[in-house]
Amino acid sequence: MIQRNRRSAWMQTAAAAIIIAVMLYPIFWLISGSLQPDASAATIQAIPRTFDLASYARAIADQSRSIGTSLIVAIGTALLSVTIAAPAAFGLARLRSRFVDVVLITLFVAQIVPGIVLSNSLYTMFSSIGLLNTIPGLILANASGSLPFALLLLRSFMLELDPEILEAARLDGATSIRSFLSIVVPLSSNALITAGVFGFLAGWGDFLFALTLSTGSELRTITIGIYQYIGSPNVDWSTVMAASVVASIPAIILLLLSQRYLRAGLGAGSGK
Amino acid sequence: MTATVARRADNTRSRPWRFTTTRREQLAHAAFVIPAFLYVLYFFGYPLGKSLWMSFVDFRTATFITGEAPFVGFDNYAAVLSTPLLPLATVNTIVITAATVVLQLGIGLALATFFTKKFPGNRLFTGMLMLPWLLPLVTTAAVWRWLLRDDGPLLALLALETSPFADPQLALAAVIAINIWLGIPFYVIILTAALQNVPGDQLEAAELDGAGRWGRFWHIALPSIRPQLAVSTTLTIIYTLKVLELPLILTGGGPANATQTLGTVAYALSFKKFEFGQGAAVGNILMLVTLVFAIAYIVLATRKEKE
Repeated sequence: MIQRNRRSAWMQTAAAAIIIAVMLYPIFWLISGSLQPDASAATIQAIPRTFDLASYARAIADQSRSIGTSLIVAIGTALLSVTIAAPAAFGLARLRSRFVDVVLITLFVAQIVPGIVLSNSLYTMFSSIGLLNTIPGLILANASGSLPFALLLLRSFMLELDPEILEAARLDGATSIRSFLSIVVPLSSNALITAGVFGFLAGWGDFLFALTLSTGSELRTITIGIYQYIGSPNVDWSTVMAASVVASIPAIILLLLSQRYLRAGLGAGSGK
Repeated sequence: MTATVARRADNTRSRPWRFTTTRREQLAHAAFVIPAFLYVLYFFGYPLGKSLWMSFVDFRTATFITGEAPFVGFDNYAAVLSTPLLPLATVNTIVITAATVVLQLGIGLALATFFTKKFPGNRLFTGMLMLPWLLPLVTTAAVWRWLLRDDGPLLALLALETSPFADPQLALAAVIAINIWLGIPFYVIILTAALQNVPGDQLEAAELDGAGRWGRFWHIALPSIRPQLAVSTTLTIIYTLKVLELPLILTGGGPANATQTLGTVAYALSFKKFEFGQGAAVGNILMLVTLVFAIAYIVLATRKEKE
């Protein structure tokens, strides 16, 4: 009986491997194509015979500036959204009034506003205050996308904090700001990291704001760099694939380092 | 998320320390919320209001210079509604959303049931499964465009001779398939977590009563994850309605407008034709449809908490 169970478990592992192979088939090709000199030809091999890194050299030479821009936008988005969300989440977790429900529903509605509606208005707003084609403009726009999620995630975490610790600090005469900084922030570090990771990924992968709020010549993110590649008349697919692999690296690193944070965030995203 | 709305109600009653907070502290806590409140006001409230205003004025490139935007009433709405493009884009948006929701739910549920089982490598595999969802959309869309181009490696496998993106009959199906592929990881993670919480004793009792695998799934597992199914389905509807980036990168809305959505139409009106008023009108229509489902979501999520 045990023998049979063990065998069926391994059969399931084999089945899982097949499912993953099918699901990740395009990503396999992404890497394979990036390592072959002419991915635009029909003679492309599934498994490269030699590893050719020339397309990476081209991609990095073209895109080093846009990679830098994307990094600043992503880090800025993560920092700004968490910095604004964290105190608000604490306040909302402690407040006791009908006002909280109104705020939560407003945040949910904010989260579902289609990006194009925001882009459309932000373009006209930013053009009058000189934020078009600027990194701060992109950070502000992207943070508005991640703020509602970060706030809802952090609040649901802060509701679970042990109130006795805060009560003790209060009796010791700590002000609200003090207990927030020296108690709530350290205790919430996991949730803060989760919110930050999602903010980073949103800023790094952002396409619509970068497309609409920058021209792509003076200021260009890596996502727009790739979009411009595939929009050119003779697409050099090897370079597109190499640039795409480079653009995927932060997501892969975050997946390796913080799988549990990502799962936690996904769970919160579903209203669990 | 909104689930927390109802949870708050219990907290106020069950935690005695709250009664010791003074009015002053409540004010301090309210002050913590102010920066976020201002941010949301400026980056959501104001843009939404502006979008509404823009849809009722003649707002075009010259407006940026002259500042003049004459009031035109419902002209922008009339203009976009009278083009054949808008009905087409609306139908496409509904088709993409309906197909995505049904197929993603089916495939996601099947995979989640599978990954709930315990077998060696399970965690590693579910981790890898998240990849398509985590990568920047541009990169996954680029690789699909390459795989499905005229000389693309995937064409032979699908027994196609030319790229589906060039075929008005197939382009929409290709966009839908890729959209489903992108969203499956989300469903699998959410539903695996839900299925792991299905009470084991109920499943055992059903097994002792002679219920088969299918019976246990249908009568025990499925009813107990119904709240998560309802919530993730509504969220998928909300997120798919605004689909814009994927068709824009894959096909640019073509061929022959076969993959235009409300999102791509709003984008093209504002940022290609610089008819910001008309772009805002389409955006507002999209917002209105989304809002209907958002209200459904709020009702579902609050009911889920009450149960």
